[in-house]
Amino acid sequence: MTGDRVMGESIMGPTVEIVLFVFMIGLAFYIASLRSLFAAAMLFGIFSLLSAGALTMMDAVDVAFTEAAVGAGISTVLILGALGLTTSVETRPIHHRFTAKLVVTATGLMLAYGTLDMPAYGDPDAPINKHVAPHYLYDSETEIGIPNVVTSVLASYRGYDTYGETTVVLTAAVGAILLLGGGVARRRRETGSSE
Amino acid sequence: MMQLVAHWNYFAVIILMMVGLYIAISRGNLVKKVMGMNIFQTSVILLYVSMGKVSGGTAPILIEGRDDIIYSNPVPHVLMLTAIVVGVASTALGLALVVRIRESYGTVEEDEIVALDRAEDEREFSGEAG
Repeated sequence: MTGDRVMGESIMGPTVEIVLFVFMIGLAFYIASLRSLFAAAMLFGIFSLLSAGALTMMDAVDVAFTEAAVGAGISTVLILGALGLTTSVETRPIHHRFTAKLVVTATGLMLAYGTLDMPAYGDPDAPINKHVAPHYLYDSETEIGIPNVVTSVLASYRGYDTYGETTVVLTAAVGAILLLGGGVARRRRETGSSE
Repeated sequence: MMQLVAHWNYFAVIILMMVGLYIAISRGNLVKKVMGMNIFQTSVILLYVSMGKVSGGTAPILIEGRDDIIYSNPVPHVLMLTAIVVGVASTALGLALVVRIRESYGTVEEDEIVALDRAEDEREFSGEAG
């Protein structure tokens, strides 16, 4: 089931994705070894942008532009803001903890073992492509009438998910405002009492 | 060996995931921990989206009057859109906690915070005993 190769499908296979993943892995290791948090924050922005590129290559264009806007944009700005309010250099020298390395290696090996009987990359007969996805692809045009299937699933078939997501964002915003706003009020009270 | 090549996406994602986990559990700096958590989150997104990719497929935006086009699976895309937004919400909340901890303790290094907490506990304990 190779089908007609249309719409700019590359004949090279997943070469671009693999190159992007290699860059991302290199960046992640470099972020782990850096003590300057400012440099790490900027590299994290580049990491998110590369992941947006990989997502585009995997046909997830909606996820890619959300990742580019939210992951590379807002997350980086939030981290930079937090650095501005705290400190921009790790004071502790980076020592490699043996226990942490052991835990991480063991977890990684177990996960790799678990993926051995997963379907191969790009397999059209994988179970994930057999359940509701054909229904969304074939019937959403007549049922919803929006060409972008991701939008019709997000806003209609799984509208409650999106509603729950909005609730989570509201809760996080309220939590962040309470945490930070409380500090401002407390400082004002402290300076007021000292005067 | 062929299986390793065909499963490259899982192994690449697992390496990324484990680097993120390593940063989160081995670094004492709280902002660095949040960064590690973010790397982990991005790798989970890549895992799901790479599972929905169909070779020869294109983005799931329907083109009228064409039956010969293969589309990639839209379901993981929808789920990961939600995950990205929830992820940035948890990042914001985590960083707000870090800023608040900095206000109270004057540091964002984990071992210094634990030492300050211990000293506080000991002071309270000796105060009760005396």
